[in-house]
Amino acid sequence: MTVYVKGVVFEGVDFDDPNSWKLDAYVKRGGYAALKKIIENKITQDEIIAEMKASSLRGRGGAGFPTGLKWSFMPRSFPGQKYLVCNTDEGEPGTFKDLDIMVNNPHALIEGMIIGGYAMGITVGYNYIHGEVFEAYERFEEALEEARAAGFLGDKILGSDFCFQLHGHHGYGAYICGEETALLESLEGKKGQPRFKPPFPASYGLYGKPTTINNTETFASVPYIIREGGQKFLELGKPNNGGTKLFSVSGHVNRPGNYEVPLGLPFSELLEMCGGMRDGKKLKAVIPGGSSAPVLPADIMMQCTMDYDSIAKAGSMLGSGAVIVMDESVCMVKALERLSYFYHEESCGQCTPCREGTGWLYRVVHRIEHGLGRPEDLDLLLSVGGNIAGRTICALGDAAVMPVQGMLKHFRAEFEHHIQHKSCLVPGF
Amino acid sequence: MSANNLLTPESLAQIDRELAKYPADQRRSAIMGALRIAQTEKRHLTNELIEYVADYVRIPPVAAYEVASFYNMYDMKPVGKYKLTVCTNLPCALSGGYQAADYLKQKLGIDIGETTADGKFTLKEGECMGACGYAPVMLVNNHTMCNHMTPEALDKKLAELE
Ligand SMILES: Cc1cc2nc3c(=O)[nH]c(=O)nc-3n(C[C@H](O)[C@H](O)[C@H](O)COP(=O)(O)O)c2cc1C
Ligand code: SF4
Ligand code: FES
Repeated sequence: MTVYVKGVVFEGVDFDDPNSWKLDAYVKRGGYAALKKIIENKITQDEIIAEMKASSLRGRGGAGFPTGLKWSFMPRSFPGQKYLVCNTDEGEPGTFKDLDIMVNNPHALIEGMIIGGYAMGITVGYNYIHGEVFEAYERFEEALEEARAAGFLGDKILGSDFCFQLHGHHGYGAYICGEETALLESLEGKKGQPRFKPPFPASYGLYGKPTTINNTETFASVPYIIREGGQKFLELGKPNNGGTKLFSVSGHVNRPGNYEVPLGLPFSELLEMCGGMRDGKKLKAVIPGGSSAPVLPADIMMQCTMDYDSIAKAGSMLGSGAVIVMDESVCMVKALERLSYFYHEESCGQCTPCREGTGWLYRVVHRIEHGLGRPEDLDLLLSVGGNIAGRTICALGDAAVMPVQGMLKHFRAEFEHHIQHKSCLVPGF
Repeated sequence: MSANNLLTPESLAQIDRELAKYPADQRRSAIMGALRIAQTEKRHLTNELIEYVADYVRIPPVAAYEVASFYNMYDMKPVGKYKLTVCTNLPCALSGGYQAADYLKQKLGIDIGETTADGKFTLKEGECMGACGYAPVMLVNNHTMCNHMTPEALDKKLAELE
């Protein structure tokens, strides 16, 4: 289910109309007007990047890096080939917004990428799509055909000298490929193993060429910013947290789904939009930004607004905007066991602290959950975590540790109960 | 390389379309798509098939093996006519992911990783598929996502898979 409240990605989309994703419908609701405006008014690259900076749009892929700033890092005068890459490898547990964009409004992404190519002097782009959502890959290929046929994409776009080629590429089951350098390796036809940084993709990216990578929702926000102006986008949200955002709400709510709302919306209002808690149960905890984000207990969460700064202040992160809601019946040890299994399973194995450490985290949480925990296990978890965090090539290591730290910070008593009594306080799932 | 074509002309044409997306000196980029196309036709990737695809893409066989073994959705062992992958990651688990997996185990009489005696179904457990709002979700033969897989919905789905 998708609920459009106010925003820029799904504005005007009719979710009940199976043809609403198509080019005709997109153009009718103002689509490709931003691209036309750029071409007709000969808007310069600098002006576009200035508009992106004014919008204060922050990357929607998880790290929240300012997009305008990222675009300004691209060496525009670099003489050789450069690449633009979209990250639709959405696999962070809890996140399902990019799938919705691909299925319901793929042209917003395509237009955003064309504008990005124009602004950074890039002529070739790829969209890397999560393998499990193959239908989204097929839809994207269809939308590309439409855009090419209409002259929005390809050679001499809208009669200008600007050329931009765009292609779809799919993954085939590896969470790590969401990490941008693993994604580039995968796009090159290799195992998805993250690269050492630096060099950063802006200087050494796809095929060793300067490359800019952004998330699907980031690109899909660009047409609005160019059409309506960065200032207007900024004002949709709150200072330093410009615009609106898609929140993927899953778990124990009555209406799970994607909600496009202004940044800064109180969490309590978001919960209400989702129809409240399922079966009238009590809210216990929320993971506010995808499985890597530290969990927050209900009382803290109910005080938060949904934006980067508020969630960070509460000790977690907004991440990809995946809000996992858990009611009083959830056993936190069991929940953590499942997440720790995931990170252990998906570690690419390149660095020892991550490969060995994620295995330790999983095995220790597993034995606590299964009544074999020892009193020293909780300190062991924290010390194993300390040996992973900050010592790895990519951020998957940190991503595996943060859920453990969050759980032990807020729900330590539940873990101690398991160790002492060898049983759960609550039934679990 | 033998002259025998292991894949149909349609599959080869699809691989050609993948190859056309990348620079001429970067044919290797097409290997993920090419292996997917080969697997879709033959159901699983034998060594012979991987070598054939590598040859077609003009990369060393070892480079293709590396890819086939790294990514979870490639099957290097035989699977049933329908491979059912149930997501049990936390968001799905909160909405019945484990119940869906247990129901399938009991109904098909097999465990995760096994195939029914008649070769019809293989059961797998998967990680987050990026569709948690429709939990619990199940993927049929890698490419068809099925939403809200309650026991009743599973019964209906299984009956459709002939
Ligand atoms: C383990 C891991 C998984 C990631 N998964 C994704 C993902 O699925 N989608 C995404 O856009 N970014 C993901 N990222 C973040 C990317 O590396 C990158 O920061 C992002 O695509 C940049 O786009 P943005 O600036 O528009 O957010 C992941 C990072 C890590 C470390
Ligand atoms: S941190 Fe983990 S996933 Fe990232 S490169 Fe190292 S081993 Fe691979
Ligand atoms: S957790 Fe099952 S699709 Fe995300």
